[in-house]
Parts: sequence; C-alpha cells; structure tokens
Amino acid sequence: MSSIIPDVIDHLAGIRPGSSLDRLRDQRPQARENAQKSYLALFQPEFPGDVTALERYAVATFVAGLHRQPHLVDFYAADLQTLGSSEISAALQAEIARGSVEGPYGRYPLGPLTIEKVEGPEYRVSAEHKDRLGPRLTAVLEHAHLLVFHPRDASPAALQKLLDAGWTTTDIVTLSQLVSFLSFQIRVVAGLRAVAGASAAAPIDAEFTQILTGVLASGTV
Amino acid sequence: MPKITLSYPDNREPAAFTQGELGWLPWLEPFLVEELTETHWAGLVDASRAKSPYFLLLARDPDVLQARTKTDKDIFYNTSSGLPRAERELAATATSRANGCIFCASVHSRFATQYSKRKDDVQRLLDEGVGTDIDRRWNALIAASVALTNTPIAFDHRQVEALRAAGLDDLEIVDVINGAAFFNWANRLMLSLGEPTPPAKARAVG
Repeated sequence: MSSIIPDVIDHLAGIRPGSSLDRLRDQRPQARENAQKSYLALFQPEFPGDVTALERYAVATFVAGLHRQPHLVDFYAADLQTLGSSEISAALQAEIARGSVEGPYGRYPLGPLTIEKVEGPEYRVSAEHKDRLGPRLTAVLEHAHLLVFHPRDASPAALQKLLDAGWTTTDIVTLSQLVSFLSFQIRVVAGLRAVAGASAAAPIDAEFTQILTGVLASGTV
Repeated sequence: MPKITLSYPDNREPAAFTQGELGWLPWLEPFLVEELTETHWAGLVDASRAKSPYFLLLARDPDVLQARTKTDKDIFYNTSSGLPRAERELAATATSRANGCIFCASVHSRFATQYSKRKDDVQRLLDEGVGTDIDRRWNALIAASVALTNTPIAFDHRQVEALRAAGLDDLEIVDVINGAAFFNWANRLMLSLGEPTPPAKARAVG
C-alpha cells in the first residue's frame, strides 16, 4: 500500500497537488524529497540488516499510537496487518493504551536544572504481552517509549538492555533513527494540518472582527 | 563487536544550558574511519563529518543518515525565502530547551546568537526556559515550537494564528514547523546515543 505513495507526508497531511501547501512545501524541495527518502530508507531499506519489516512497522504503529495520531496509526498498522500479525497488532493496541502519557518529562544532571525535573513513568511492557511480543520487540518498545516521552532520561544502561535483548550496535542506530524520524514526521504532518485548518478561518475571523469593531465604533448597535 | 556500551565515569556532564562549545561522547562504538566505504562517505554528506563520533555512529545506517542530513540542511540553510536563519535556529533552540538536550541547545543557541546578534535574549531562553518573555514575535516562535514538541502534540490553529499575528506568512510558519519538528528528531538521537562534555577549556586533561 504505502509503497505506491509518492510522498507520505503529503498523503498523511491531505496535501493535494497544486494546493497552497503543496507550493509551500516545494520551496524546500530537498527537505521534502529527503523526508521521503528517510521514510523509504527506514521502511523499505535496500539493506535491512537484522531489523525486520515486521519489527519496523510494529515500532512505528506503537510510536504513532503514543502520539495519539489515529490516521498515522492506521497508516503503519495497515502495513503491519499485511505482514500477518493480528496478534502483535492487538498487543500493541493494548500497550499503546497502557503507555500513553504526556511528555516531555525527565530529570537533569545535578545542578541548577534539578528543580526542572518532571516526574513520569518508566514504561514496561505488561507480563502478558512480553511473551507474545518476544524479548527483542519488548526491549525496543520500552526504549521507544523512553525516546518519545522522556529522551533526557536516556542512559548507557537503556542501550545495554537493547544489546542484551540481542540487537546489534547497527540495529540500535537504525531503531533510534526510526523512532526519532517518526517524531519528526508526525509533527510535520500535524503542523501542516494545522496550517491548512487555520487557512480558511483566520482571514474571515480578522475581517469579521474588523467589521464588528467598525459597527461598534459607528454606534449603530 | 563489543556487546557492552561505552561509559565515561570521569566525565562531568554540563549541568546547565549554555552557548559554550560542548563536546559529545558516544555510548556505542562509532564506525571506524578506516573502514568507511563509499556508501558510508555518501551517508556522511560532508567528509569533515567523519571527525565527529556522533556522525560516525549514525554512519552505521548510511542511507538514513544521508537523507536525514539533506533534510536538515534544506530546513536550516535554504534561506533564499521564508524565515530568517536566526529564527529557524531559535525554533531549534526552543525545541532543544523543551526536550532537555543541553548539547543541541548549545550549538543552535550559538547560531541563533550569531545570526540575530541578540545574545542576551537567546541566553534568557536558556536560563529561564521556554516560558520566558522576550518579545511578541520570539514569544510566538518559542510557544509554537514547544506546542509542537509536546506529546501529544499541542500545536493547532491557535499557534498558527499567533504566528500570523506576529507577522509571519505561511511559508515562514512552515519553516517554524520544519525546524521544530526536525529538532524532535535530532534531540532524540543526541540525547539517547551519548552524553555531552564540558567546554574544551574546562575539560580535565586525560
């Protein structure tokens, strides 16, 4: 499905060819083209290494879910479904509900920023789903939650858990890029949608306010 | 390949946001310069990036690194139209301040200062945080970057309208969105794959 979409951000943000947002995005052609290339490098890689397609789409579905972006969840979950993983999809759905909190939170090194510490949970996959997802996926979902909500709590110990679960150094770079890229893509889509949503309303509101101010000033009401 | 992470018990991590020049140490083994292939060099984009342990670590997945770097460059350096560079760097700094990336904030606050010539205002963002009161335009830029950085995302038509009221057109607003969104990518890599070190002159010898 997603393999035939020429520009995933346009697709997810509902940007049509020739629209004003299409023209605005064209002003940054390299950024536009390479956001798409990043997506392709992460989801249809030429050299996938030891990170399977199923693992990539499972993490993406989880990250989109933690951001509460239903159309992005649907987008990535559809590819997960085509890989035949309804059991994993169901487990992810439950884990998204368990893991959905508010970020960014986390602590700072001891010093003037200590008082800016914001408390939040250390998410762990439920015992029930751990078995279903297996140790590799369990470890990466827990790490993805850290990256999404409290990246400043990251530590060598957090990476050690991924190594211990069987991920290689290169896999960890790929998985870190995947979660971090999604944090970008999801925000670009949400931002562009907000601009599109505000486009119609703003000038009308401004005009209305002007008219109203004029009417009030004229004393006819 | 080592199956344990790298650690630096003697490093004293910077404990405050600063415009000073910090270093960065990787928690995983970077790719070895002498083993870089053509694909890796292409991924690094600029050969000079082979001096950076951060980019050498990311070079382990060269295709993603190459696309990421080119996305980054167009968002920040393509200033023939749209938002001035200083304010793209401000969006990057505000995002890094909100996420808590002391290293990213140090680099991009220096750029914000260099291009805006407003070192004290930039420093107030670092010292007082994203709730600081600078002026209408910078306040709107900072608030929009922070709203986009929150999870769930709090950026909606209100931030767009505030940016318009502060004088930004829609291309400039797209630049703010791209800049803040990109630093949600960069902050997560920089924070989770290594740690910052104090400015060179403050670093202990050995």
